[in-house]
Amino acid sequence: MIPELGQFALVLALCLALVQAALPLAGSFAGRPDWMALARPAAAGQFVFVAFAYGILAYAFLTDDFTVLFVASNSHSALPTAYKFAAVWGGHEGSLLLWMLVLSTWTLAVAFGSRNQPADFSSRVIGVLGIVSVGILLFTLVTSNPFDRIPGAIEGRDLNPALQDPSMVVHPPTLYLGYVGTAVPFAFAVAALLAGRLDKDWARWARPWTIVAWLLLTAGIAFGAWWAYYEFGWGGWWVWDPVENASFLPWLMTTALIHSLAVTERRGIFKSWTVLLAIAAFTLSLLGTFLVRSGILDSVHSFASDPTRGLFILGLLGVISGGALVLYAVRASSLEAEGGFRLVSRESFLLANNILLVIATILILLGTLYPLFIEAFRATDVSVGEPYFNLVFLIPMLPLAALLGLGMHAAWQKMSMGALLARLRWLVPIALILAIVYPLVAYGATSVMTVVGVGTGVWVVLTSLIEPVSRMLDSRSVRLTRAQWGMFAAHLGVGLFIVGATVTSGFDAEREVPMRIGESAEIEGYEFELLDLRTIEGPNFTAEEGEFELRRDGELVATLRPQDRVYRVRTAQMTEAAIDGNLFRDVFVSLGADLGAGSWSVKLHYKPMIRFVWIGCAVMAFGGLLAATDRRYREPARERAKSRSAVGKPAGQGAR
Amino acid sequence: MKRRHQRMIFIGIVTAGMLVSAGFAYRAFNENLLYYYTPTQVADGEAPIERKFRLGGLVVEGSFERAEGSMTARFELTDNYRDVTVEHSKILPDLFAEGQVIVAHGTMRDDGIFVADEVLAKHDENYMPTEVAESLAEGARRAAQE
Repeated sequence: MIPELGQFALVLALCLALVQAALPLAGSFAGRPDWMALARPAAAGQFVFVAFAYGILAYAFLTDDFTVLFVASNSHSALPTAYKFAAVWGGHEGSLLLWMLVLSTWTLAVAFGSRNQPADFSSRVIGVLGIVSVGILLFTLVTSNPFDRIPGAIEGRDLNPALQDPSMVVHPPTLYLGYVGTAVPFAFAVAALLAGRLDKDWARWARPWTIVAWLLLTAGIAFGAWWAYYEFGWGGWWVWDPVENASFLPWLMTTALIHSLAVTERRGIFKSWTVLLAIAAFTLSLLGTFLVRSGILDSVHSFASDPTRGLFILGLLGVISGGALVLYAVRASSLEAEGGFRLVSRESFLLANNILLVIATILILLGTLYPLFIEAFRATDVSVGEPYFNLVFLIPMLPLAALLGLGMHAAWQKMSMGALLARLRWLVPIALILAIVYPLVAYGATSVMTVVGVGTGVWVVLTSLIEPVSRMLDSRSVRLTRAQWGMFAAHLGVGLFIVGATVTSGFDAEREVPMRIGESAEIEGYEFELLDLRTIEGPNFTAEEGEFELRRDGELVATLRPQDRVYRVRTAQMTEAAIDGNLFRDVFVSLGADLGAGSWSVKLHYKPMIRFVWIGCAVMAFGGLLAATDRRYREPARERAKSRSAVGKPAGQGAR
Repeated sequence: MKRRHQRMIFIGIVTAGMLVSAGFAYRAFNENLLYYYTPTQVADGEAPIERKFRLGGLVVEGSFERAEGSMTARFELTDNYRDVTVEHSKILPDLFAEGQVIVAHGTMRDDGIFVADEVLAKHDENYMPTEVAESLAEGARRAAQE
């Protein structure tokens, strides 16, 4: 009976979503405040019912209700409790329900965060989000009901072992929060098109939502990369798999959108471009969902799937994104620019940022979708290899990183190139010397790519630090706003990421060797000795555990215990690598297979500066958090207007 | 220099940069296309000799062999019609097993053995790559005809 309540709650949520999609939008055009007033209660009610349905599904998992098909296929009574909870999103139906829960959470947040905005505008935003909700709820109920029953299952089939990992508890929800969060700027953009008006206030309202979605997307992607890195033990963290691209493409677009919004908020230009980016970001999120869920692309992430689902999402994509693009075609011309700018100005740098990010997006999208086109027209199967993506990502990203350092320090409207260069010129030799010397000293080797990568990364780090540091040293200077701190922090994160990614891909080492107890193997000066091998019983798996002593120059660094697990229910094998890491290097070992005669295949890895990649992502996300919580987004518009007239100039006019 | 000249030079540099980049991107694209072949196509000699490609199929039951203490493994890959011997000297993925569907990346050696530098098995045992599913069905059809 209880699971049926969940399904019933979803139907009620759909009814409320229909109300939320129809009446507030109609009311905003008909001038009916009573219709518009329905937006918030409908959004709140929809959230309550979706959350209730989600709770019911989680309850079914926690109580091992194997009469529910989805629970029976993805859980097991011996599964640890935390994983039972994470198993809710361990399969298609549940992860779609999570998608929906995240969407209604965003809708609720927007409904209550927009109370100070004009009623007709906020009604349109909430109405557009309602339309998206209707689509996703229909999709859930029609093609992927998580509450379907099966008779007579006594035990579940267990959660996919690859997903039984602590980071799987945080990775999907964070990623979804970011992914689905792109619906918010999309709704803002469509609302602006519907009104045929887009002013600086619009950008000021849309920007914090976009930044929060972006920072969650950043964190979610980083968690995913981190999970892949240590869960699979193959030492990689990014392989341009179609599903990785599915999350990375919206990230690129949202990054472009944040920068374009900065120009729109500040200068009242780039308006139709901003709107187009918002539409593109959400379209790519939906496309990503389609790619992941239709099984149309082959990837390590592909789970069993069903073509009708793919068709449904494609239809949804057509209606939602197609509708928005038609609206854009009709209305974009009514969004007029409020000023111009010179060649050397903050605006130009942000424009370059946008162009380069869009180029990267297009090239990666091309590589991701090309196999589909080929298959459709030529009936041969083809895939695009990793080196293509590495190269086409680098081509736009290197100039982007180089320009980023200048752009941060450029003034709005116009600036002399000489003044800009005079300020930053001396950082170039520092970056160059570090780029040449550091790899040689630390790793005893170098290459053109290393010098270029480290140089660019250090350049971004230095240009991000110079302003905050010089302000801190000079007590008389104007303090940076929190948004400015955020900008410098996020860019510092980019620099750290570039340095980490360059060094780790340039100097990593990997060895696969057969080892017996008592034998040693060496990698990059680290010596691994296999002391013991034993069998261990886990809650739902049996593991072979190796005990390794890690030594450097004869001194003990760590004792590592990698496992080779066999999960009993699915009889699936999973490798658990053991990692010893510090800021400058990770060394890790994983067990391969029993080769017979007491010998095991063992994989050794040396990953220098990989942690800079994770730290870089964390710093980027933290910068986003600072920027999104800037004062100007927190104080209501009325008080702003007051303080503006009191000071006599727009608030926040500093060195930015 | 006049503003107009400056602008022309700027546009010229950007255009040249884009053309060069487009050239690189195009080359990288062509070099990194990995075509998919079935064991039957390989047996018929349709697969390329030097270029890397993808080979997919079912690991034949009982065909897996590895000398004691050695890393190099050999197994037969089938599409239900023809078999190809695959050699791999790295650690195989967790989900690799006889009777499982895999996709291997690698090149053909002169002796007709496919040397895989990467073997992919999937996360989910229910999942089968569409291209492999098609080739298995096609192989079964041809085997039935004979």
